[in-house]
Amino acid sequence: MSRYRRRRVMNRAMEVLATVAALVAVAALAVVVISVARRGAGAVSWDFFTKPQALFGQPGGGIANALVGTALLVLLATAMALPVGVLTAIYLTEFAPRRLAVPIQVVIDVLAGLPTIVIGIFVYALLVIGHTQSGYAGAFALAVIMLPLIARATQEVLLLVPGTLREASLALGVRRWRTVVGVILPSSVGGILTGTVLAVARAAGETAPLLFTSSIFANTVQTDVTKALPNIPVLIFTYSEQPDPALHQQAWAAALVLMAFVLVASLAAKALLARSRRKLAR
Amino acid sequence: MTESFTIAPVIDVAQVTQDSRPSEREVVFDIHDLTVSYGRVTAISGVDLQIHRNVITAIIGPSGCGKSTFIRCLNRMNDLVPGARIEGQILYQGSDLYASGVDPVEIRRRIGMVFQKANPFPKSIYDNVAWGPRVLGMRKELDERVEKALRSAALWDEVKDRLKKNALSLSGGQQQRLCIARAIAVEPEVLLLDEPASALDPIATSAIEDLMHQLKREYTLVIVTHNMQQAARVADLTAFFSLEVDETRRSGVLVEYDATSKIFTNPSDKRTEDYVTGRFG
Repeated sequence: MSRYRRRRVMNRAMEVLATVAALVAVAALAVVVISVARRGAGAVSWDFFTKPQALFGQPGGGIANALVGTALLVLLATAMALPVGVLTAIYLTEFAPRRLAVPIQVVIDVLAGLPTIVIGIFVYALLVIGHTQSGYAGAFALAVIMLPLIARATQEVLLLVPGTLREASLALGVRRWRTVVGVILPSSVGGILTGTVLAVARAAGETAPLLFTSSIFANTVQTDVTKALPNIPVLIFTYSEQPDPALHQQAWAAALVLMAFVLVASLAAKALLARSRRKLAR
Repeated sequence: MTESFTIAPVIDVAQVTQDSRPSEREVVFDIHDLTVSYGRVTAISGVDLQIHRNVITAIIGPSGCGKSTFIRCLNRMNDLVPGARIEGQILYQGSDLYASGVDPVEIRRRIGMVFQKANPFPKSIYDNVAWGPRVLGMRKELDERVEKALRSAALWDEVKDRLKKNALSLSGGQQQRLCIARAIAVEPEVLLLDEPASALDPIATSAIEDLMHQLKREYTLVIVTHNMQQAARVADLTAFFSLEVDETRRSGVLVEYDATSKIFTNPSDKRTEDYVTGRFG
């Protein structure tokens, strides 16, 4: 009887513990969101989005130049990482013999775990030393961060495509590449987009690599990728080091914008994934 | 059964098919001492068999005797299985299927296959049939080709008004007939069917069987089935595979190959008799 009781109490205790842990996780996010919103919401206005940074010492200004720069950086990084990531995943799931697939997989996992500051230094040494900071160097660093995320996500959806579909296509006398393009990719586009959106959300907030590659920028909108591009993460970082409390508030507001973007992107990704799952399951 | 047959070393195809034009005696597959293993496991060993043109050949036998392994060698689908090793010789219309320089993709184009589980692409009914020809460069008169394939698969009347609908909205039996239409749309010379009706209800099964009788006129058909009645109903020739177990290994072997009526009424081998009379398997 006592054993029965002990098991019951144990079960109950663990259930409570797990619930509390889940609540703590949610609470942590809530605290971050609320504190950022409380400190930054006051600075969010139409001008904040449409005006570039104010000149040093002048009041007002916004983050328009950083928004444009971040958009450009991420767009460029996606253009680099998406094709390479998707092709890597295709190679691993459809073409690679096992003895090659396993080590490549390990390399990609290591890349995914690489500290972003390391990637920053690497790109700094590769593209910035001897040249100048530039948008493409920053985008390249972000692409290195995105690549394993996209490759991993793509691999997972490719593996969801039933093997019987591959067989059906190959049994028609269709070559593997055509099978990939005609049968496998169309069934997994949704999942690939989901992975890409998540990678974009991640890259948009990365700071360390941009400190090395795209941090010394003008207060104006810059679209020339051979020059350093203004961007949100570095703007937040530099503003937070300024003595001016108005700039502190702007930093919080920029953080709020970034967070909102990540939130929207994650939700969009989730919706996309649900849609593509339904399509495959039917 | 008043008449008793002696063991015929060579099967007289003309005798088992009503039609006896000379071309129908042609050997399509000539298989010598075929042994297939996956890693260290031998699936089938020492199979000798000839498959004839415009004849339905059924492969029957208990589970695990290597029926599917055998049929998947005929269009080199086993190449896709890591660790599969094929020994012996398969001559297809006189040339070695596994000779170096033979492109398995081209083999599969000429030798179509229908699988156990219907596997239509998640595309429209039309695109399921049209995709193969389109990719393989048979774009001329595609609509006619699709219609012909669907008619041959006895599916046209059921789907002609909803060709743009997703193929996955069809019933299981319709999906399987769609897979047959897809396979014949690229005009293969042989059609291999790996338990095509095992997941279907009796009505859908009988539709597929009727279809096979139709297709026999144009194609050479090989069907794997573990349903003996089905083999008896559709096949002209039947090969019985069994599992040979000795102290060290177990593998599938060809026990007997003969006219279907003989296999089912007067088999030469005790093992065949035990199987077809339901004593095991």
